[in-house]
Amino acid sequence: MTQLLLEQALNGLQFGLMLFLLAAGLTLVFGIMDCINLAHGSLYMVGAYFVAAATQAADSFWIGLGVGVAGAALLGLLLELSLFRQLYKRDHLSQVLATFALILIANEAVRVIWGAQPVMLNPPDALAGPVEFSLLGDTFFYPAYRLVIIAFGIGVAGLLYLLVAKTRVGMWVRAGASNREMTEALGINVQALFTAVFVFGTALCALAGGLLGPLLAVQVGMGESVLILAFVVIIIGGIGSIRGALVGSLIVGSVDTLGRALLPTLLRALLPADAASTLGPALASILIYLLMAGILFFKPQGLFPARA
Amino acid sequence: MAFYRAAPYQQPVAIALVLILAALPFVLTAFGQEFYIGFATRVLIFALAASSLNLVLGFGGMFSLGHAAFFGIGAYAAAICQQAGVNEALIAFPLAMLAAGSFALAVGAISLRTRGVYFIMITLAFAQMAYYLFISARSLGGDDGLPLAGRMTLAGVPLTDDTSLYFAAFFGLTLAMLFFGRLADARFGRVIQAIRENETRMEALGYPVFTYRLVCFALGGALAGLAGALLANLTGLASPNLLVWTQSGTLLVMVIIGGVGYLYGGVVGALILLCLEEVLVGFTSHWHIVLGLILLGVVLFAPKGVAALFGKRHG
Amino acid sequence: MAEQLLEVRQLSRRFAAVDALKAVDFSVEAGEVHALIGPNGAGKTTFIHHVSGALNPDSGSVHFAGADVTALSMHQRVTAGMARSYQITNVFPSLSVLDNVALAVQGRADAGSSFRFWKPVQAEQRLFEEARACLDQVGLGARNETLASSLAHGEQRALELAMALATRPRMLLLDEPMAGAGPEESARMVELIEHLARHVTILLVEHDMAAVFRLADRISVLVNGQLICTGEPEAVRANPEVRRAYLGDHL
Repeated sequence: MTQLLLEQALNGLQFGLMLFLLAAGLTLVFGIMDCINLAHGSLYMVGAYFVAAATQAADSFWIGLGVGVAGAALLGLLLELSLFRQLYKRDHLSQVLATFALILIANEAVRVIWGAQPVMLNPPDALAGPVEFSLLGDTFFYPAYRLVIIAFGIGVAGLLYLLVAKTRVGMWVRAGASNREMTEALGINVQALFTAVFVFGTALCALAGGLLGPLLAVQVGMGESVLILAFVVIIIGGIGSIRGALVGSLIVGSVDTLGRALLPTLLRALLPADAASTLGPALASILIYLLMAGILFFKPQGLFPARA
Repeated sequence: MAFYRAAPYQQPVAIALVLILAALPFVLTAFGQEFYIGFATRVLIFALAASSLNLVLGFGGMFSLGHAAFFGIGAYAAAICQQAGVNEALIAFPLAMLAAGSFALAVGAISLRTRGVYFIMITLAFAQMAYYLFISARSLGGDDGLPLAGRMTLAGVPLTDDTSLYFAAFFGLTLAMLFFGRLADARFGRVIQAIRENETRMEALGYPVFTYRLVCFALGGALAGLAGALLANLTGLASPNLLVWTQSGTLLVMVIIGGVGYLYGGVVGALILLCLEEVLVGFTSHWHIVLGLILLGVVLFAPKGVAALFGKRHG
Repeated sequence: MAEQLLEVRQLSRRFAAVDALKAVDFSVEAGEVHALIGPNGAGKTTFIHHVSGALNPDSGSVHFAGADVTALSMHQRVTAGMARSYQITNVFPSLSVLDNVALAVQGRADAGSSFRFWKPVQAEQRLFEEARACLDQVGLGARNETLASSLAHGEQRALELAMALATRPRMLLLDEPMAGAGPEESARMVELIEHLARHVTILLVEHDMAAVFRLADRISVLVNGQLICTGEPEAVRANPEVRRAYLGDHL
């Protein structure tokens, strides 16, 4: 039981950190540019494909990861310059329609290039097995690769925190999220800032796609379900807030993971067996949405609203 | 955006359209093109679904990206009714509307407390919640969905052949559009459009803005539920795929192509998009790329929708 | 003593670290024209927002017609008889003048429910008759069919008043009705407010001192979120504290 709990807690942490990589870029695009980007999940998918392809070509996961993320960032740059730059000024309707069109194009293009079958992406050999470690006199096993992902996530989250909280660019970003007009009035090159944030967000979500590739199947449509989870994270955390994105990600990651693992067991203890087996999975799958609804009811602006 | 007002030629055009649509299955049969009756039924059903979204989005000014949930719930409600032994559409369809409308009421009650990007994301998230609920409900078929044993009856008439189902959809759409057109010109339509234009002003005139929005949202949900119940009869299946959020995106695309806030925006959009699909699929299996490019073109070059390209709004 | 129509007790509100309103006690008697003046940034707009229900106070209460309305939302206060006009013209530009006012009539509780989905608004004669009467009152009777967007600025302000009147208020809250108006338009607006004041209590927030002193029965002065004096125009004019606050302004 302890092994299960610890494993699930770590899984939740790992899932939460990956969600954070996705949500961080997205919340800034929403918050600073007031632009809704449905295609963020597609960038995640394309990132995963890039990493898979580069890994295959280079025969090294780490080189593949670097090249793939760089490639996705380049794609993000092109998209920003050609399309998104025009969308910031437009209404939400146009933004949704255009980014929805991007999803259609991305999914189909991936299908044309890599086929409809999922692409395999293997973790580096050295990390393929589990690690053994002892805690409170007990011995536990946990996949090494997942630990590396957790380390990556914590590292990136820390870096991002320093970037946003301690640097001048970070100050602009925070200023932009809380008051766009003011930022413009201060003479900051907003257009360049927008481009940088967008490209950075793309790189982060491609990184998440590449890191998760070995755990999940790299396939068409993988971006859409995760996009909505990133939305839930942002709704809970508050639009435009990096801190909110981090807290929201960890909440959603752990509640979802632990809920799926523990809720059915818990219900079996409380309810008759057949009722528990029907209700358990259903309840677990909507747990985070119920949580979102609950938080919204008390804090319609999310936990850490960036705008006063 | 201007307020809706019926154009002077609207009534004759509407009557002409009704006559043409009423004659369509017989014409198709006469030319041996019965296959297209099913396709035409699909167009009518999606026209109804898209119009219900247009009521919420175009008239109510609420940018919902979770409308497919109500559509899907309508389909499931019809299938569940049949399983429970209710095979009469006159009972099952209103129940489907009630189910979808009630869910819309609950979703609206929470999400209408928010605005802008927030509202878009929250409606999307709640729709996804409904999707997962149906997928994980084994008693409702899970991933596979809930099949209908056969088509229902409408006022005792079995909808088994395509022409009778076509007429069921035709009546549904006609009644809904009649209601929609009257509503737009009635007190309620005035109020929701004015709220879309300037909600603070309406609050300052003494209108409980939240309540009007919520009723409009729930009405849209109920009409989408009717469309879903019809679609379940057409395809013989209540599938969780109906609730997927990309389905909401498709409905949205229809409304935008057809013209947001135009009475017939949803109908025009559904017709254009489904015909486009039908034609493109004949050329390439990767028609989504073409569709995506067309949509990008619409956003960049015809931001007010196709209907706006052809005619001015009357107001 | 006349009936206190509006009574504000110990109203306080902080924004971040700033005291926008500090324990304001304020009242409007039924039938009077009560002007609220003060230098820019004194908190007049914030105060109006608290009276109308757009903002909620940190502490203190608002009473209207004998009832505590502090917890009521804006639309509920309108229904209770408190109507407001806006500093910036706030009408529906794509509707005709008559339709604008009919929309306001329609919102009133005694005009029947607006959850009507079938009968065309155009067929509801009563709404439009009342709307015409309101427009006649503000002198826009001849402009009924014009689109609100093509009205001159002063006419739009008058339309705004007609919409507020159509809610049949017991008190009109006028937020800078002269703002942006030329001298001629201002003169006409003063006449109009004088005319309206015979039927309805008015709380007027205004920068145009000539208009204030001509219209007001009583004047209150708000400075830095505090009410420093209330009284009849001559008394306020003579008040040394007011003179100090307005140093440089012409009183």
